[in-house]
Amino acid sequence: MSILVDKKTRVVVQGITGRDGSFHTQQMLEYGTRVVAGVTPGKSGETLHGVPVFNTLAEACKATDPNTSVIYVPPPFAADAIFEAAEAELELVVCITEGIPTSDMLRVSRYLEGKRTRLLGPNCPGVISPGLCKVGILPGHIHKPGHIGVVSRSGTLTYEVVYQLSNAGLGQSTCIGIGGDPVIGTNFIDCLALFEKDKDTHGVVLIGEIGGTDEEQAAEFIRSHMTKPVVAFIAGRTAPPGKRMGHAGAIISGGTGTAEEKIAAFKAVKVPVAEVPADIPGLIRKRLSTSGKISSGRPPAARRSTPAARRKIRPKAAPRARAASRRTTTSRKKKTTKR
Amino acid sequence: MKIHEYQARQLFSEYGIPVPRGQMVTSPEEVRKVAETYGRAVMVKAQVHVGGRGKAGGIKFAPTPAEAFKHASKILGMDIKGLTVKKVLVSEAADIETEAYVGITIDRASRRPVLIVSAAGGIDIEEVARKTPEKIVRVSIDPLLGLLPYQAREAAFALYRNIDTVRQASKILVQLWECFVKEDCSLAEINPLITNPAGEVWAIDAKINFDDGALYRHPNAESMRDPEAEDESEREARQAGLSFVNLDGSIGCIVNGAGLAMATMDLVKYYGAQPANFLDIGGSSNPDKVVTAMKIILRNPHVKAILINIFGGITRGDDVARGLVTAMQRMKPKVPLVIRITGTNEDLARDILEEVGLKAASSMSEAVQRAIAVSRPS
Repeated sequence: MSILVDKKTRVVVQGITGRDGSFHTQQMLEYGTRVVAGVTPGKSGETLHGVPVFNTLAEACKATDPNTSVIYVPPPFAADAIFEAAEAELELVVCITEGIPTSDMLRVSRYLEGKRTRLLGPNCPGVISPGLCKVGILPGHIHKPGHIGVVSRSGTLTYEVVYQLSNAGLGQSTCIGIGGDPVIGTNFIDCLALFEKDKDTHGVVLIGEIGGTDEEQAAEFIRSHMTKPVVAFIAGRTAPPGKRMGHAGAIISGGTGTAEEKIAAFKAVKVPVAEVPADIPGLIRKRLSTSGKISSGRPPAARRSTPAARRKIRPKAAPRARAASRRTTTSRKKKTTKR
Repeated sequence: MKIHEYQARQLFSEYGIPVPRGQMVTSPEEVRKVAETYGRAVMVKAQVHVGGRGKAGGIKFAPTPAEAFKHASKILGMDIKGLTVKKVLVSEAADIETEAYVGITIDRASRRPVLIVSAAGGIDIEEVARKTPEKIVRVSIDPLLGLLPYQAREAAFALYRNIDTVRQASKILVQLWECFVKEDCSLAEINPLITNPAGEVWAIDAKINFDDGALYRHPNAESMRDPEAEDESEREARQAGLSFVNLDGSIGCIVNGAGLAMATMDLVKYYGAQPANFLDIGGSSNPDKVVTAMKIILRNPHVKAILINIFGGITRGDDVARGLVTAMQRMKPKVPLVIRITGTNEDLARDILEEVGLKAASSMSEAVQRAIAVSRPS
């Protein structure tokens, strides 16, 4: 098992004929992702890497029945692409585009409230369930199947951490980049709730950075809802206030959003915070072994456990926490008209 | 992107918000002339992109043109938090009865714009929020509906009792919202919004930050950018599509990806040195970008070593290595370089670098420690 994407995921690529869209479509296909359609207005009837292209998303959906979209269209048109995907009632929309105006994202977020569609990103690398499916731009080969959930606001820093996890024999259930913008669709809490419910995830690595209060809210959620061990890392301890550090959302403004505040929030709820990225595999391994989820120090080969073995080591979540996590996750999936 | 007060008040007045007459000038002589034209007391206000101008002595009241000249002579050329004042705003002085704060920004947690008002105006709103949060009223705005008239009224009633004042203020709040949303601001603020003895409401100060992501659809915004408010390196980096922030350490950093760049800086500090900059070259292996990055970093005389940290994901490590070699052959930097490339095709990357006598480190920690070691005179 995994979260968000798996073998059943059927992907439509919005902006498939662009440079990035085309390149990453090929990469996704090579990884084994089922890319069933692409959309580029005016290119209907063409095929790209064997994938049929349509003029509109509605046409693509009618012909190929995707459940997930990935967006590579340029910033001025990205919000429109998200609206189009939400209107088509796709389950998951992964928006890779960087540089979408914040006001566009505010309208998108408001529009998505109460809708069936979950948005991941924008300005994110996407999501991968190693060995099953990848949607986005993550380098597939550094990921190994396993039981660690990874959730991060960053791209290359996530790859760095995943690479170290894989090298340490700690494979991943699903790795999610939630995006570096100030206004994003899926946040840390959403992912933590999904990981808590996922039987195949035994522990979670959370990679945060300066700006906003998403990490503080995640810490509070971990305290009240998570039974699985979580290890955190926060980038930007040396970032000066008032300066944007690459990501539109990575800025300390008005004295809030500092790394110190975020680290303190995690420590207050007994979530270990790695001093340096290289400490992450050791910390999560230690937490997994003390929580009895899996034994530590096994070689990578042994970690590819059979489904039967996985069932045996399934964590026993406290009923209350489980119910709570179910509440949080189903509220988005169900189609509600509640306002 | 920040703009100056004189530019923000111009925008405000285009949206109908009442602002006193004012003019931006660059010499004390011009200040005197403007004050003479107005024929009444004026304020002389330093135009720099920092808060706390008043406390720093950058805002002065001048009852006569002669005094305006005197204040302007002091303010022009003054240093406020590291920035030299080169422009001043001369504005008609107002008779102030009450001072309030009103501002619109984005609340990231609720993913909504938020109108913030406080009767404790004229001072640093962040300080008010910290010390007396009860004096702050927040109104969440639905981005699909905008600021509704009743919401503006509610906020105005939090500031004033008199219905006529409330009507004036709520009109201003709706105008401020119009400005915020149409100009793609990340902040639109009036501090203070004043009432005078005649019962009129005026915006005495104006502050606007634009959303960088939306500048493409506001061609006029670029003309408001103050080239002098940005240092040369930051400007060059921005024009080359690099994310760059100057810091005061000795280890120059070139990294792909913002998160990794921050983590690299943090690691430099962890091992006992200070980063000279934040620099994200993005996902490209384009040698031109690396050359520009090096040029910018080498301009800083405090840089004693350059640390290049690349994680080859989709971008292949060997491509990046070739880009680095090209860049180095063009730049021939005299400062020692430490390179770390990991990820896709890292072995190939290392071979390419070794051919030109560069030994790549394999881990971030190793690279950072080595960069610090070579940065210090032995």
